[in-house]
Amino acid sequence: MDAKDILGIPKTQLPTTQEKKSRPQKEPQRKPDGISREVYALTGGLAPLMPSIDVSQLKKRPPSDEKITWQWLPFTNSARKDNLQLYHWVRVVNGVPPTGDYSFAKYNKSVDVVKYTDEEYEKYLTDPMWTKEETDQLFELCERFDLRFIVIADRFPSSRTVEELKDRYYVSRAILIARAPSPTDVSGHPLVKDPYNVSQEVERKRALSMVLSQTKHQERKDAEVLAEAKRITDSRMASRAAEEPEMPVASHVGSESADRAVVLGDTVSPSSNIQLPSATVVPSTSIIADSASTLASLRMLRVYLRTYALEQMVQAASSSAGLRTIKRVEQALQELGVNLKPKVPTKAVCAEHLELRKEILTLLNLQKQLQYKEAEGSSYRDGSYIDMPGTPKRSQRAGDQDRTFVPESINFGGERVGKRDQKRKGPGRLSEAPSSPAHKRPRKKASDL
Amino acid sequence: MTNSSSSKKHGPGQPEEIGPTLKLQRIKMSKPEEAEKRNLNKKLKDVEISIPIVYGNVAFWLGKKASEYQSHKWTVYVRGATNEDLGVVIKRAVFQLHSSFNNPTRAVESPPFELSESGWGEFEIAITLYFHADVCDKPLNLYHHLKLYPEDESGSMSTKKPVVVESYDEIVFPEPSDSFLARVQNHPAVTLPRLPVGFTLPPPVPIEDTSKRKRGDTKDHPLAQWFMNFSEADELLQLAAARQQTDSALQRMIKVAENEIV
Repeated sequence: MDAKDILGIPKTQLPTTQEKKSRPQKEPQRKPDGISREVYALTGGLAPLMPSIDVSQLKKRPPSDEKITWQWLPFTNSARKDNLQLYHWVRVVNGVPPTGDYSFAKYNKSVDVVKYTDEEYEKYLTDPMWTKEETDQLFELCERFDLRFIVIADRFPSSRTVEELKDRYYVSRAILIARAPSPTDVSGHPLVKDPYNVSQEVERKRALSMVLSQTKHQERKDAEVLAEAKRITDSRMASRAAEEPEMPVASHVGSESADRAVVLGDTVSPSSNIQLPSATVVPSTSIIADSASTLASLRMLRVYLRTYALEQMVQAASSSAGLRTIKRVEQALQELGVNLKPKVPTKAVCAEHLELRKEILTLLNLQKQLQYKEAEGSSYRDGSYIDMPGTPKRSQRAGDQDRTFVPESINFGGERVGKRDQKRKGPGRLSEAPSSPAHKRPRKKASDL
Repeated sequence: MTNSSSSKKHGPGQPEEIGPTLKLQRIKMSKPEEAEKRNLNKKLKDVEISIPIVYGNVAFWLGKKASEYQSHKWTVYVRGATNEDLGVVIKRAVFQLHSSFNNPTRAVESPPFELSESGWGEFEIAITLYFHADVCDKPLNLYHHLKLYPEDESGSMSTKKPVVVESYDEIVFPEPSDSFLARVQNHPAVTLPRLPVGFTLPPPVPIEDTSKRKRGDTKDHPLAQWFMNFSEADELLQLAAARQQTDSALQRMIKVAENEIV
């Protein structure tokens, strides 16, 4: 300790050593009163994080002033109609048994089934399909089974569907209305508020069971068709709204429709109604429809920025492409030295930009398809993985050619690779050989032009 | 009668300079009088008006005079791309500044539509353009990120040379009303496609005596020397070259595909 003093080592060691000493001492002292020593040791000699039982309560609980006994006593249940007497344990305090009804009696709820008199039956309820006996039986079962119609249907002597039974039962609504002094009195009653519609119910259940029993395949097909339908109706709505003022001239719009897509051309005629076209036409025109509907919706805007319009058109054109494909299009654009967003977005520039994007998309799709064909072809053509030198297989040769169109990026012949960021005047990051001076165009700020 | 026959001639042969996507559609008119009436009452179809604009900011470092909270003096603005007067179309521009500024909503009622302030921070400014009644009843929003500090941090800030960031864009009115069209048909700030033959507009009615009005164009603006030039030629060339490359790549790929399918 003196040495430490001399060295000037802080004396933090001391308290911890003291702690360590005290803890083993404390442990045998610390066994709490409530739990036995052994149990406490089970928990590792430490207190639990949250004391589940208040330790002080453990031994003190029995209230000293009350004398509690437990007795086996009979009881009655007011919910029962038959005066059955059963026995159970009862907590008796100071010789006085508890008072009050059986505690679970209050849960015995039942439905108020309307009860009609014979008169009322004659007046309101006669029905060619139902005899009085059947109706009486039905109502009695309803009462007994608390309107659980599935059970009632099962128990009903003659076979009737659940819907029929419900329909018959809900005729009691008529009774209620008839009984009521004025219609408004009873209009709040649930039976009156929501009338039962048999045909609708039957239809609903049929549709539900159909949906539930559909196969996965069916489901997918349905979803596809619905999506297509939605797209078509949307585009038709958009173009229809745009075409609205044309309606009076509808008979003369031949030249107009010729320039638009097939889908739109159909909607121009005033007698068109929105119906699903045949499934074969739809997929091929979906991209054209997207672009056309984007155009139409832009028209409706009354004012917009050119850059916004371009964004929308680009989105529409790429709607069928996944994120990865879109990224590849952007990569290709960068490789070609084209700005992802034109710096001078005039009408002409935007149009060219859009066309370029569409072309690259076509290129990528074609490349993908080629690769698939490639994979298919080679998988059943190649028996072995051994290549004989000098006799390269056709598939391999084509594969090599394919490989010039590198899967991850398009190599446009390595001629001219622009620089990425036009603001930077630093060297471009090219892995290819530097292009000829004629092609090299360092991108400078537009202010230098 | 003459109208409809001439319309047929000029239908497909519309000027290409407007761009491949615009084809001026000829509405075949049954009777010329009816058509004219219709034109006067409705908006024109497929004749869009576009206003090329440039918006952005110029920022000067205050150098010795700079304090902690006022290190730069900047001006944010919306101007015609060729510095023409935008007041013909824009009635009012509202600049929404950062909430730390007093009265952060600044409205500019007449051209040149600009706002000068001093500060130290960069933030996004929302610019709302309100147009004249016969132009459009809906406002348009632009967003510009105020730039005070130069791009490369090692670059020294000078009081003489400002930091300039501008963006080019075009305001497009797809279906302009006739009165709007008539009013601006010869204005230099506005780009109109060539009107189809047979279309006659009433001669423009000047709104007010232009000589009395304060100059709205920015040609001789004090900051004009810093304005950037935006030319579409460069970009068009770039795009044309890119399309050529894509075309040839596509051709090559088609050849490969043809070889495959045997």
